[in-house]
Amino acid sequence: MSHAESPRYDGLLLLLFALAVLLGPVILAPFGAGYPDLLQKFAIYGVFAIGFNILFGLTGYLSFGHAAFLGVGSYSAVWMFKLLSMNVIPAIILAVVISGLFALLIGFVCLRRSGIYFSILTLAFAQMSYNLAYSVLTPITNGETGLQIALDDPRVLDAALPEGELPLSNFFGLPMNHTWETSLLGMDVQFNVGFYVCGVILIAAFYFAMRLFRSPFGMMLRAIKTNQNRLAYTGVNTRPYALAAFVISGMYAGLAGGLLASTDPLAGAERMQWTASGEVVLMTILGGSGTLLGPVLGAGVIKYFENIFSAFNKSELSAIFDFLPESLREPVVSLVAAFVGEGWQLTLGVIFMLVVTFLPGGLMEGFRRLFGLVRRGGGGAARTARVPAE
Amino acid sequence: MGILTVQHVNKRFGGLQALSDVNLDVAAGSVHAIIGPNGAGKSTLLNCFVGRLIPDTGTVNFDGVSLIGLKPHEINQAGVTRVFQTPEIFGELTLLENVMIPAFAKRDGAFKVDLWSPLAGQAAIREKALHALDGVGMADKRDMIANSLSRGDKRRLELAMGIVQDPKLLLLDEPTAGMSRADTNATIDLLRKIADSGMTMVVIEHDMHVVFSLANRITVLAQGTPIVEDAPENIKGNPKVQEAYLGGAHL
Repeated sequence: MSHAESPRYDGLLLLLFALAVLLGPVILAPFGAGYPDLLQKFAIYGVFAIGFNILFGLTGYLSFGHAAFLGVGSYSAVWMFKLLSMNVIPAIILAVVISGLFALLIGFVCLRRSGIYFSILTLAFAQMSYNLAYSVLTPITNGETGLQIALDDPRVLDAALPEGELPLSNFFGLPMNHTWETSLLGMDVQFNVGFYVCGVILIAAFYFAMRLFRSPFGMMLRAIKTNQNRLAYTGVNTRPYALAAFVISGMYAGLAGGLLASTDPLAGAERMQWTASGEVVLMTILGGSGTLLGPVLGAGVIKYFENIFSAFNKSELSAIFDFLPESLREPVVSLVAAFVGEGWQLTLGVIFMLVVTFLPGGLMEGFRRLFGLVRRGGGGAARTARVPAE
Repeated sequence: MGILTVQHVNKRFGGLQALSDVNLDVAAGSVHAIIGPNGAGKSTLLNCFVGRLIPDTGTVNFDGVSLIGLKPHEINQAGVTRVFQTPEIFGELTLLENVMIPAFAKRDGAFKVDLWSPLAGQAAIREKALHALDGVGMADKRDMIANSLSRGDKRRLELAMGIVQDPKLLLLDEPTAGMSRADTNATIDLLRKIADSGMTMVVIEHDMHVVFSLANRITVLAQGTPIVEDAPENIKGNPKVQEAYLGGAHL
């Protein structure tokens, strides 16, 4: 086994990962990404992408319907808020259980096919789920408006909450939206309860995925990706392995959905749209599918672009390009404006194309090459360090 | 009655009668070679043993169990392991992992969810896999990615993947095709040693040197039908065999 899989390396990786997550509010503050809403999104979509990668990165089965599990998780969590308690823990547990059952059902059907047919089947199921949530199942999902908490919800365990105002989701009494603000090196740093709940769960999710990657089960999943047919002749029943991976992956998605609802207690059908399914595919490929850190990284990059780049407007750009002469400023600003604000997806598209073309292993491959370059003292031999691409 | 009994097997592909009324009886502990000119139906017959093809009629029984209709993994779990002619390996995994997978399948059965224990701690399986790799002379390459091997080395890896399962019946589809002379001889020695330990083998082979070094029973297949079955020393001089190999019945 290579050094990259030794227990010591894994321990170090986990430690660094946990540190980076827990210090997230400090590390990301200089990049303008240190505010609770975005930090929560980083953590939640990190969980989503880690789970997606267990299916896609290990077995090679490309699901285009994972947003369905995200949505199911959100609906389950909100129902738990309405019926039982505003504490997020039971809500999250129910989200994971229900999405796992849902994944078992969908996976059982979709895994009868592989390759593109599998992808199309998952897409079809997700769109069906979306339409069911949007219209047919209105009594459960509240259709177009989305499922929200209301004053007259039963909330069996929380009867003592103050009258007349909507209760807040909380972690054993600590409101999820509670934030401590402080100043550090002249930066405004915000420590948010919701982020730390999501962050700790992200670390746990990462640890679980790491154990799975290094286990016999993980090896079987990788064998499915390389040569599923051969695996059957080796005496392995491949279908239940793929199904187990699908269910675990669906539970991760449900967990992410439950967290989304925990930070903001509402659930809408649009969360199940195919665009949301596509987004997690992009995250995983951008970061590096089949790697441990890649999906989290990809999720971070995409959410960063979505929130930071989309916030730029023309007047801000004019201010940035103030140093240019008047005649040049206008064209430059209009050109750049196409890539920010509402056009942020254009930037994302360009980056995605560049990464897939030049770094088929995603950002993680980029880091590996850089690392190889540095280790070889800047020699041109880094090319030989290239790992087999997807 | 042998460990593998094939009775009245027929297989037709469209207008081609690939196998017609094949009967075969493989004695436990023997090395049984199936030879014959190209297109004689050797590979088709082998595919009928492992669940890749289902015969139109006839029975295939192994150790008292019918193999007809069983899925490939069920046949393997029953104790029949196949070594493929064109290397079918896990190309993106290391050699050690390639051999560990069949070892796990042998120990843990067709499906077991063990997603918590680290692979690095599986000492017994690693030991077994390394031993099998050592048997084919590739223990030093254990951490290489399988796709980077030469074709001959991939064949040797295939062999290790079969041997590691210590099956009741090992099916070898041209085990030395694509190997150098030296590797071929090493492989013969290895297979000889395994055969002497009592493992039953069915070998399909073109290389007569390999066949006569290993087999203690030979069936000659021509146009989908066994024409002769005999001990090796009686096969060489058999006029029917010479006819089949020297250009068919019309010569």
